[in-house]
Amino acid sequence: MPPFDANTFRNRRRFLTEVAGGIGAMALGDLMHPGALSAAGATDPLAPRKGHFPGKAKSVIFMFMEGGPSQMDLFDPKPELQKWHGKPAPESIIKQVTLAFTKPNAAILASPRVFKKHGQSGLEFSDWLPYTAENADDICQVRSMTTDAFNHHPAQCLMFTGSQVVGRPALGAWTVYGLGSESRSLPGFVVLASGAGTSGGASNFSSGFLPSTYQGTLLRGTGDPILYMSNPPGISKLSQRAALDAMRDLNETHRTDTGDEEIASRIASYELAYRMQSAGPELADFSSESKETLEMYGIDDPKTRAYATNCLLARRLVERGVRFVLNMNASWDSHVQLNTKLKNNCEGTDKPTGALIKDLKRRGLLDSTLVVWGGEFGRTPVCEIRNTQEADNAGRDHHPGAYTMWLAGGGIKGGQALGKTDELGFFITEDKVHHHDLQATIMHCLGFDHTKLTYRYMGRDFRLTDVHGEVVKKLLA
Amino acid sequence: MFRLVALLTGAAAAVAQSPDFVRDVRPILNKRCAGCHGAAQQMNGLRLDDPESAIRGGYSGPAIVKGKSAESKLIERVRSTKDGFRMPPSGPAAAPAEVATLAAWIDAGAVYPEGLRAAPAARPRNTHWSFQPVRRPDPPAVKNADWARNPIDRFVLAKLETEGVAPSPEASKATLIRRVTLDLTGLPPTPRETREFLADDAPGAYERVADRLLRSPRYGEKWARHWLDLAHYADSDGYEKDLIRPWAWRYRHWLIDAINRDLPFDRFTVEQLAGDLLPNAGTDELVATGFLRNTLTNREAGVDRDEARFEQLVNRTNTVGSVWLGLGVGCAQCHNHKYDPITQKDYYSLLSFFDLSEEQDIDAPLPGEVGAYLAALPEYEKKRKTLFDEYEVGALMPLWEVKILEAIDKPGTQAEWDFSLTAMKASFDRTLKVMKTQPAQRAPRDTRRLENYFVHSGGSFGLPHQDKFKKIRDEMRKKLDALDATLPPFSQAQAMIDDPARDATRLRIRGQWNQYGIAVKPEPPAFLAPSSTSRQTRLDLAKWLVSPENPLPARVHANRVWGEFFGRALAKVTEDFGKQGEKPSHPELLDWLASEFMKPSDPLARPWSMKHLHRTIVTSAAYRQSSRARPEMDKRDPENLLLARQSRLRLPAEILRDASLSAAGLLSDDIGGHSIRPPQPEGVAELGYGRSRNAWKTSSGRERYRRGLYIHFQRTTPYPMLMNFDEPDGAVSCSRRGRSNTPLQALNLLNDEVFFEAARALAWRVEREAPPGVAARLEYAFALCFNRPPTETERQRLARFHDEQTRILSEEKSDLSPWTGVSRVLLNLDEFITRE
Repeated sequence: MPPFDANTFRNRRRFLTEVAGGIGAMALGDLMHPGALSAAGATDPLAPRKGHFPGKAKSVIFMFMEGGPSQMDLFDPKPELQKWHGKPAPESIIKQVTLAFTKPNAAILASPRVFKKHGQSGLEFSDWLPYTAENADDICQVRSMTTDAFNHHPAQCLMFTGSQVVGRPALGAWTVYGLGSESRSLPGFVVLASGAGTSGGASNFSSGFLPSTYQGTLLRGTGDPILYMSNPPGISKLSQRAALDAMRDLNETHRTDTGDEEIASRIASYELAYRMQSAGPELADFSSESKETLEMYGIDDPKTRAYATNCLLARRLVERGVRFVLNMNASWDSHVQLNTKLKNNCEGTDKPTGALIKDLKRRGLLDSTLVVWGGEFGRTPVCEIRNTQEADNAGRDHHPGAYTMWLAGGGIKGGQALGKTDELGFFITEDKVHHHDLQATIMHCLGFDHTKLTYRYMGRDFRLTDVHGEVVKKLLA
Repeated sequence: MFRLVALLTGAAAAVAQSPDFVRDVRPILNKRCAGCHGAAQQMNGLRLDDPESAIRGGYSGPAIVKGKSAESKLIERVRSTKDGFRMPPSGPAAAPAEVATLAAWIDAGAVYPEGLRAAPAARPRNTHWSFQPVRRPDPPAVKNADWARNPIDRFVLAKLETEGVAPSPEASKATLIRRVTLDLTGLPPTPRETREFLADDAPGAYERVADRLLRSPRYGEKWARHWLDLAHYADSDGYEKDLIRPWAWRYRHWLIDAINRDLPFDRFTVEQLAGDLLPNAGTDELVATGFLRNTLTNREAGVDRDEARFEQLVNRTNTVGSVWLGLGVGCAQCHNHKYDPITQKDYYSLLSFFDLSEEQDIDAPLPGEVGAYLAALPEYEKKRKTLFDEYEVGALMPLWEVKILEAIDKPGTQAEWDFSLTAMKASFDRTLKVMKTQPAQRAPRDTRRLENYFVHSGGSFGLPHQDKFKKIRDEMRKKLDALDATLPPFSQAQAMIDDPARDATRLRIRGQWNQYGIAVKPEPPAFLAPSSTSRQTRLDLAKWLVSPENPLPARVHANRVWGEFFGRALAKVTEDFGKQGEKPSHPELLDWLASEFMKPSDPLARPWSMKHLHRTIVTSAAYRQSSRARPEMDKRDPENLLLARQSRLRLPAEILRDASLSAAGLLSDDIGGHSIRPPQPEGVAELGYGRSRNAWKTSSGRERYRRGLYIHFQRTTPYPMLMNFDEPDGAVSCSRRGRSNTPLQALNLLNDEVFFEAARALAWRVEREAPPGVAARLEYAFALCFNRPPTETERQRLARFHDEQTRILSEEKSDLSPWTGVSRVLLNLDEFITRE
């Protein structure tokens, strides 16, 4: 069942005519797309819509730590690893583990990290995440995450599209397809990127076979924040406005000549584009933020600047009604030199991450914003290739079997760690949460039954969770 | 025999008391299993009430091992307590007593009463419209016979007359020539072409235009793009590494040429699916199989090669399913199709055709290349040998080969070499085959490829002469690259070849790549084709696809083509002709088109001629109707199913670019060849993983201004303008594009360097080529952009804008021409980006 209410489309023609005259504040879309609503029944594809039931979360900020952060160095303490450090893992275990790059006789690598309990809940975090840990009581760690894929691209596809096969719509696209967006001057699904490029590339925010209206728009760090947002050289704002006025008048004439109401949509799109040209720079202009806020995020520190900027942008986007923010950071893929690389990753992101949750909370936005943090898989308890005695070289391989992600805000019960892994951290022993279950839970927080948010394509009703997924009730507030 | 087995199990006593099938066993099967494994349905290919099929088992092999309940999957599954594994999967589990009865019956030899034959399995009756033979319906009688220009119109008009609706009047001549030129060539008509057409009052003027366009080489470019969507062409591998495929364009080159010479669709099909298997196959036929090479390739080093290969096979199978059969066969990857008569076994039988094939890159020199290459070769070989001798490759490479071979034959000997092999398999195609061939027996092409791989990426772990290996990697590699660069161009291509030596294809349980079921042989879907005894190849598949007995391909293709000309296909869901698809609005017309496509009524037209099909459609009165909205029809026929008018369609991504460059006089008319990289904002390519390797080097000179279909398509970081305008992402086959309307599109056309450059060029052209004066220049600009003069309202509004621009620019002390502003407005107007 698509989440659309047929009644909202009934008066489309009249609505369009009215809007076209005064250029209302709506983007009117052409849904002439495979399997979409019938052409005549379509209206603004990004208009806010209701889910199947009232969801706690109105928007999502997904902090994607590409490459796979190491769970036993950050969230899931495994003191037992110390006893095994440097020794080969038990054969009975290693036989059951699929490894990408590691030899089967690889030695166990203990974590040098110190874990401490935080907040009233006493949730444990490693010493490399002091700022995140300050929000312990709002955070729910899921220490029993698992996925089917042990390589980056397939695992990222699975996490974001529900399938290892490329080409399905991403989580953010499904969200905007389901709920539309509250923002009338910014895209409904915005992507932020810092660090290196990601293995998943555009697949992580593609609209797949959904109308392209739902694809993620990358807010860029260099050049125009949104592609093609600046006027061409030599075209002033005044010139642009004059051009748009002329286009509107001429398009309006043509609408009369052809009788095609779609031209009203075109006019509206151009007007929205013009508004985006102002909204974009306004969004990226932090001058209205207090010094304390900027400091809290770490905007001025070169180490944190890139990610802090994106975290602050994420908050500002959510404040402005954007539905889904994918905030990617790459790469956490520490095959070697884990101690150096992971430390850099944490130093670059922990402070902004902690600040974002705090900031959302004090502005009353956390209850309606679901924050998700994590990678496409975790890392192995065994050491990869190089000698464990050379502590600086030691790294960890991909580990899809058991790892940690965390959630906060929008409908999530904070201050808890869900799920358990065995003493060495190889396997899940309690409350397994698959990528599909995480997706089902995110959809639930947004007000959707994940089995019912579907799209007909190639003769089949597709959904984000394919034929899997169960809502993880224990995560919910 | 049954008894003997039972006796041998030592259960002589049990025989006497063993459960009787009819009395004890069948009731349990009926109660617990028959719904899914009986006459009506055979989930996972398993049927339990019929002795023969029960003993043979299902897709995952036998469910019953006579006399051995402990080894019988049937017992394992009914006994299990694991959800998702236990049978039956829903409803109450079998009672312990029932399980015991089943087990005892199996232990006693699983005896079915002699002569028991269960009712034959229910075969879905193939009454579905698309599976029926293509007929050639007579065009119906119509009242207004004068309106009809060809049989298409009689079908359309008959329906309209039944509804009491008149067709729309013919579009104006100016609109018509713009429409047909855009539809056939993807470019707007030039002012001269428009002038000539408007001046041609003789009968057949429009048909002459259509014939001219069908002969234009631009026609092949326009229609190649449509087919490239179906082939899901791209210039890179996809997935993490997303390596560039430097020769992917050879297939596109072949395609444009094939369409321009109107290669009949049956031959067109055969060459793309099995060109390599044709008698006396030449380079051209091999290049055509590049169709099958547009599948993504996962070269991430840790990926299981078998899994990656299986995904490619699935993609090829699904592509053929949707392109030729119009069926979403993909459902049957995991289970029998729920709605269409495609079983899981059918799916893997189809997949088997591609399983018994392998990818191969080939030398495919273009005309003119061979001479220079051969002339340069002796000198190259001499230098190459000197270089190889200098670094002692002849002595060192065998040491490396021994280690790789050891990793192949005895994995686990040395983990480092296992890893080297894994990495090699990911990037060196056909590693095993080449390595396992004696060096002297290797094809020269493979030898050189292997040597180059060794020099670039060969490991040396634990080998003697580390210093020498290091020198090869550090020094020689660069010298070899430099030497290779001196060779004149010698084009390659991606092809597919037969590989009959492969093991038989195995069905995969639940579609999982490593869950092997029964063996299957290559065969077309059983519900459409009779089984054959001889070994079938891709050539048999291709020939069967376009055989007169197969009703689908002609219908599917004619339907898709109709959709390109009208904005909506007769059966809207072009990729699904199954039960879940949509029935055609004009079933008889679709059949007539399919039949006309296969067996044209015009004796001069060739069977399966795509040009004839296109010509038939564009010369119909239905196509030539005005696209003006008919408010009185809005409620009655909102989707224009009756075809009471044409449709206004926003131009596809590439055509938008082409139209802008063409109006501006910037477009290069070079045909075919490698891909190009127009300017794209910094930071787009960098978002991908292979950011440095896949850096975007903007094309210069003429290249920069080539048509949109030549734009390099990097799967993980595609060219943003294409994506903004609904280009499919190239992961799977796409038979119809979306036509969205977004503010990002507006930003793209307003502000992208490419479109601004077009605006400036158009301004320059207008100022230079038109007589002075605002009115005359506007006249000319309109001729270039809309092939019509401006109306008085438009003239006034634009003159006002021109003056306003002049004032603003002078106040801003800008050196831009006000005509740049005017051009920008024109190129952004809805009329410009729309086919009327």
